[in-house]
Amino acid sequence: MLAAFPRLRAILLRVAQAIPVVIGVVVISFLLTRALPGDPAVYFAGVAADEASIEETRVAMGLDRPLPVQFVHYVGDLMRGDLGQSLSSGRPVATDLANRLPASLELTLTALILAVVIAVPLGVLAATRPGTWVDHLCRVVVTAGVSLPTFFTGILLIYIFYYILGIAPSPLGRLDFIYLSPDHVTGFYLIDAALMGDWETWRGAAKQLILPAATLALFTLAPIARMTRAAMLTALSSDFIRTARAAGLSNRAVLYRYAFRNALLPVVTTLGMVFSFALGANVLVEKVFAWPGIGSYAVEALVVSDYAAVQGFVLAMALLFVALNLVIDLLYTAIDPRIGFDAQ
Amino acid sequence: MLSVKDLSVMFQTRRGAVDAVRGVSFEVAKGEILGIVGESGSGKSVTSYALMRILDAGGTIKAGEVNYSGIDLRRAAERDIRDIRGREISMIFQNPRAALNPIRKVGHQIEDVLRQHARATRYDARDKAIAAMEAVKIKDAADRYNAYPFELSGGMCQRIVCAIALACDPRLLIADEPTTGLDITTQKAVMDLVRDLIRARDMSSILITHDLGLAAQYCDRLIVMKDGLIVEKGDPVQIFSQPTHPYSRKLVDATPRSGASVRDLLPAENRAPAPRILPSGQPLVEVRDLVKTYAGKAGPVQAVKGISFTVNKGQCVGLVGESGCGKSTTSEMLVRLLDATSGQIVFDGQDIAKTPARGFAKDPRRADIQMVFQDATDSLNPRHSARQAIAEPLRRLGRMRGSTLGTRIEELAGLVGLPLSLLDRFPHQLSGGQKARVGIARAVALDPKFLILDEPTAALDVSIQAVVLNLLVDLRAKLGLSYLFVSHDLHVVRLLCDHVIVMKNGEIVEEGPAALVMSQPQNPYTKSLIAAAPKPPERAAVIDQLETTDAQHSAFHDQRAS
Repeated sequence: MLAAFPRLRAILLRVAQAIPVVIGVVVISFLLTRALPGDPAVYFAGVAADEASIEETRVAMGLDRPLPVQFVHYVGDLMRGDLGQSLSSGRPVATDLANRLPASLELTLTALILAVVIAVPLGVLAATRPGTWVDHLCRVVVTAGVSLPTFFTGILLIYIFYYILGIAPSPLGRLDFIYLSPDHVTGFYLIDAALMGDWETWRGAAKQLILPAATLALFTLAPIARMTRAAMLTALSSDFIRTARAAGLSNRAVLYRYAFRNALLPVVTTLGMVFSFALGANVLVEKVFAWPGIGSYAVEALVVSDYAAVQGFVLAMALLFVALNLVIDLLYTAIDPRIGFDAQ
Repeated sequence: MLSVKDLSVMFQTRRGAVDAVRGVSFEVAKGEILGIVGESGSGKSVTSYALMRILDAGGTIKAGEVNYSGIDLRRAAERDIRDIRGREISMIFQNPRAALNPIRKVGHQIEDVLRQHARATRYDARDKAIAAMEAVKIKDAADRYNAYPFELSGGMCQRIVCAIALACDPRLLIADEPTTGLDITTQKAVMDLVRDLIRARDMSSILITHDLGLAAQYCDRLIVMKDGLIVEKGDPVQIFSQPTHPYSRKLVDATPRSGASVRDLLPAENRAPAPRILPSGQPLVEVRDLVKTYAGKAGPVQAVKGISFTVNKGQCVGLVGESGCGKSTTSEMLVRLLDATSGQIVFDGQDIAKTPARGFAKDPRRADIQMVFQDATDSLNPRHSARQAIAEPLRRLGRMRGSTLGTRIEELAGLVGLPLSLLDRFPHQLSGGQKARVGIARAVALDPKFLILDEPTAALDVSIQAVVLNLLVDLRAKLGLSYLFVSHDLHVVRLLCDHVIVMKNGEIVEEGPAALVMSQPQNPYTKSLIAAAPKPPERAAVIDQLETTDAQHSAFHDQRAS
């Protein structure tokens, strides 16, 4: 039956390919934490522990058993959704991640949407009007975006909008203390507040979000704008654009239906890459804006050698990347009909 | 219907302004097919783009008048000209696959035009698009409607391009090299279709082509262009039999045609007597039951189905067939870039098919079998100068260094007629003909015994092709080479080859002495190939005379025409 739907088959095939990657990620994140220097039992036993209690903790944690056995237990725990206990917060790592991951994702996604909304039209305009002021503006923005580090733009934005102009709220987390955080549904404050119909809180959350998101957007804008411009220039010089123009199609149709859709492919590729390094750049932005995200959590955990937390973080990030790549690949098949057939 | 007066087009480039078209005037009458012939850079395509006002960025109409049925096309507002494009004047292009949007269903691309010109609404667009596809004789149009360009053959794509161009019943069709890159039988089918549609709908047409033979066959009137100027206008038969301008004479001479010898392609003043080559009866390459099977999606695909043939020492064997017939696979196996599934390739008494292609580069026989590639531009490293390109095989296989290497490179350049001053240029600084010479020099650098020529002139202008073909003839005589000449152009094969092999679907359908196969083909496929080749008007009387004089010269002169 699947043979009749080659694209559906290609999509299912691609999803199936993600499974071994996930298995690999689990193995590596397990081995990586075992390879780290230091003895988890010592940390978990506490500061006042003696030899016997450390040994006791070791047995209790199963660390005295051979690696394969430990791995089976680890996978078993994973299946139940148990990522272990965080030393620094005292809560299960899974709970911590569930609390903090939405904060990071909300920030990154907002920044990315902001960047796309600005960068893609900017790139398209620059490509259709090479040498004009739009093109120069595009170049300036791109250069500024790549050359200014995020912690610098972050602090600069805080200085201007909070300290001098006083428009922005104080850069202290996701929501000002005068608001109550919305009920946890998705963990995205904007969505949860909207679901509750609490527009007051929504506005408060948006105000907090806008500066860090802008900081991150400035950083991610550059590659997207540059790639859009280049891809549009390539698409616009293709033969099929000439055919479309010779057939009398309107500029709009030529630009969007013919050129832009063809230019989308490299733009989507770039978007995937930008998303991954935006997650990395998050750490600095989260620090500057006291954002309770997964990045700052990981840094704190690493500093105090909280291995269960680090392991959980690595696993969560890796799974996120796998999911992201899957989405990008599926987007390809949606954009380009040629792909379903090549991916044999 | 269309009148063009003193049209000049200028391009603003980094090196300053370039005049692509310099004062061109012509008319197209109702119902007429006008041919514009010229080589690359003659301004023939730019002229048509200027009429449609679809010049690339940097191009502007500098002067002149373009009048279409009373409308001033040069000064018309963009909005008005857009209404004219596709509805009154439309275009078909070369390289049909690239001329279609790769990620849009072909049916939708036809609908776009219909709806743009208000010929269809959302509700009947599908039916009208299918009707437009049926009009260009696409079978199962309703099924093809949902196809993407990559799922269709080149000929089918060109039909779609035609359907787009003809969907809104334009009055004038401009065809810009419509069949370049298509197989010869497809070319004939597309050209016949276009001509029949033009006649049936009482349209006018401009056919832009580099192929004088094709233009002569399909056009009522011809214009010959060179360097942005019209050098000659007139009736096709008249241009063919009595070209008045030296350039059109050169073009006419260079067009391969039945009855002409390879020397006849050159301008009369450069015709050295043809060398006499006597192929020996000794076999150099014997191919026995050669099979190549590829793993396809729907099971194994046999590209070459057990073919056998022989190339004798000093012989030139032509391998002819259309795309997908297995001729490229065969040549790649012979040159040992590809491993055969089974069969033998006996070269000089040894079966070289036993040596895997992967290890053949280190084989001492590598130097004996060389290849000249199809695209002179793509087969040269853009970062290597001509000297480096020729030095490569000499260094790697010949182990030459220092002054020996330098002397040999200059010797080779002399052999292929490449001026020494050009040796340090990079491919982009060389013309097509010069790049072809570099490719040939590289192939003969190690004194090979067997040269495989894979459509070496397919990308060249006819006048350059004439020179390169003559160079190949001279080299063969001088170096005692044996050739396997792979081509789809029967005229060229007849000029160069002693023996012809015709392939179809991985099998040899006919083989024999070139003259015999060309004049009295036995197989229906060979017959259809020969019938599809464009036939320029005959100049029988003149040519017969030339051939007898040529035959009288037997001594070999090394006078190259370049």
